[in-house]
Amino acid sequence: MHKPPLATRRLILQGAASVALLGLGNLPFAAPARAAANDKYPEEAFKQKGEADAIKALYGRNAEPSDKVKLDAPEIAENGGVVPISVTTTLDKVTSISFFVAENPNALAASYRIPDGTMASVANRLKMAKTTNVTAIVEADGKLYSATKEVKVTVGGCGG
Amino acid sequence: MAIRRRDFLKSVGIAAVSAGLPRLARGADAASIYDIERSGNARILHITDTHAQLNPVYFREPSVNIGIGQMMGQPPHLVGRAFLDRFGIRPDSADAYAFTCFEFEKFAARFGKLGGFAHLKTLVDRLRSDAGEKHTLLVDGGDLWQGTGLANTMQGRDMVEVANLLGIEAMTGHWEFTFGEQVLRDNLERFKGEFLAQNVFLTEEAAFNDAQAFDKATGRVFKPSIIKELGGHRVAIIGQAFPYVPIAHPKRFTPDWTFGIREEELQKHVDVLRGHDKVDAVVLLSHNGMDVDLKLASRVTGIDVILGGHTHDAIPQPVAVKNAGGTTLVTNAGSNGKFLGVLDLALDKGKVSDVRYHLLPIYSELLKPDPGMAELIGRLRAPYAADWLEKIATPDRLLYRRGNFSGPVDELICTALRSELDAEIALSPGFRWGVTLLSGQGLTMEDVLAQTAISYPETYVQEMTGGQIKDVLEDVCDNLFNADPYYQQGGDMVRAGGLAYTCTPTAAIGSRISELKLGNGKSLDANHRYKVAGWASVNGQQGAPVWDVVGKYLRSGRLMPPERLGSGVTLRGVEDNPGIAGQG
Repeated sequence: MHKPPLATRRLILQGAASVALLGLGNLPFAAPARAAANDKYPEEAFKQKGEADAIKALYGRNAEPSDKVKLDAPEIAENGGVVPISVTTTLDKVTSISFFVAENPNALAASYRIPDGTMASVANRLKMAKTTNVTAIVEADGKLYSATKEVKVTVGGCGG
Repeated sequence: MAIRRRDFLKSVGIAAVSAGLPRLARGADAASIYDIERSGNARILHITDTHAQLNPVYFREPSVNIGIGQMMGQPPHLVGRAFLDRFGIRPDSADAYAFTCFEFEKFAARFGKLGGFAHLKTLVDRLRSDAGEKHTLLVDGGDLWQGTGLANTMQGRDMVEVANLLGIEAMTGHWEFTFGEQVLRDNLERFKGEFLAQNVFLTEEAAFNDAQAFDKATGRVFKPSIIKELGGHRVAIIGQAFPYVPIAHPKRFTPDWTFGIREEELQKHVDVLRGHDKVDAVVLLSHNGMDVDLKLASRVTGIDVILGGHTHDAIPQPVAVKNAGGTTLVTNAGSNGKFLGVLDLALDKGKVSDVRYHLLPIYSELLKPDPGMAELIGRLRAPYAADWLEKIATPDRLLYRRGNFSGPVDELICTALRSELDAEIALSPGFRWGVTLLSGQGLTMEDVLAQTAISYPETYVQEMTGGQIKDVLEDVCDNLFNADPYYQQGGDMVRAGGLAYTCTPTAAIGSRISELKLGNGKSLDANHRYKVAGWASVNGQQGAPVWDVVGKYLRSGRLMPPERLGSGVTLRGVEDNPGIAGQG
């Protein structure tokens, strides 16, 4: 059984316990997230501007949409600065879960490594610059699966 | 009165549905439009979005209510003739006047005002006694505490007294939240019914700080539902508050609470009511808005009927929506006290075997005001009447608000803002409440308040670039015309004064607004900074309340500039849409 280093394990346990990890958008990413492919901090992936480039840098290939990835996000954010977004999945052998905000200055918002035997469930809060798609990618048994939802960040104002 | 009464009796166009399938049952020879044929063993009476209009009002339904994508040409996105045709209402009838904008000014003189809580009380009592006390329930869908100067000054306390006398047993909310948590809780202490909201939760921070909640385990701030015994059967009423309160209004009113549609939590709750509590029927009392309710009905199973509000659509027949578990009926019961929804259910063990629905217009000239309610209304209004009933202007045209893009009321408000605050452009929110005023009739401060009375009325003047102004218009436009109802907030387009533009509702987010021009015909420069006046900002503002600004403008003897007729909005790509009067 693969045994992650201690620092990673601590982070993963936090993630699995649904403790919020703030995706910092265009600010330097300080949280000790780990790449899926190896244990190095995925600096290149976090530096990419666009979503496709970030996915390529992190995983090197594309994900296929799957209804086994359940992405829970609001249709309209109550506060674009802290948008609660979570993922659960019924897929087996999950090794990583990553979040991308398509039109943030840097698309990769957070990436979690999931150790064997851990419930594959992550909740975090992402900072969103504007209305755009949020994509979650779940890496399971070596394959990539995704779910996408549009989250609206509005200036507000009512009618009713 | 004799002639008028005959007019009414000719016009009966009350619709009914049976076994989930809409069909038109017009009782043209009914002795009275309020004599409803006895049906079933449970009667639920529904009012919504009355906006605290205690006395009868004129209210013109919209001539522009565009539906996009799958919503095009479907209720509620039908206006004028298209609406009359769809529901089989005769054009020359009182119902045509109540349900549409058709010949509004002519019919207003003929059929008079609608609504009023004293008149409503008379009808509610009659329908309750027809069905039997143990068989009836009265519910309110929210926006009960806001919409008049009185309700705003009393922060809804007046409406709680009225609700108690009327006998409202359950309600949900929207504008109720804009008085803040303390006022809301104080009012609910006095309210004899239940305030229901399955979709309001403590934020994680508030839960951590042990904030007050109905259920700490789920974080639900309010009771989600009640079970009421009607005619020997158990009916669950679930409350669904307006899902976007902290987005549409200043967040400072509800800092500890988080909202949303909460489809999944709703489904779980319905399943518990059905599986554990063994209820015979499930009704959702909703402030989602009709498009959202129609989508929700297609996805959530186990709800028999959604009694809807928020979008102020007066829809005579329920819309039957199929889903994985069966069929859900969706209604919407209009606004400003004009209508009373009557849902008659035939309940069996664990199921609803027949449904009849009537949306009854409250024709104030056909109903005697209830003396007790009339006395209460008079007492509540007395301290303020003298100040508010002075005539300050005489409109030279019909003043109405409702419409996707503009209306004379908001043109007047925008003109007053630009004039009094010396701004090039004015923005005013696309509210759907606010009554209609007839040409030539005296306009009072109470009338101004009925268009403006909110808990964040402060005006502002700020500089905005042309690009920022376009972004605001695009943002609000998507709230109306996003093809997915879950991304709509309800309400209409922000009103723009001193600014004309072209709108393509069918376009994608960010590209619906084009050809922006100032009042002088010059194109709006994306980089130039303009002086913009407005009110009802979700950010804190310091300016005078908008009603004082409008009142001052009107007292100076001015009205709208005569050249400004029409909305200043050119529509593109909706040429055959039956959501525009005279089309489709």
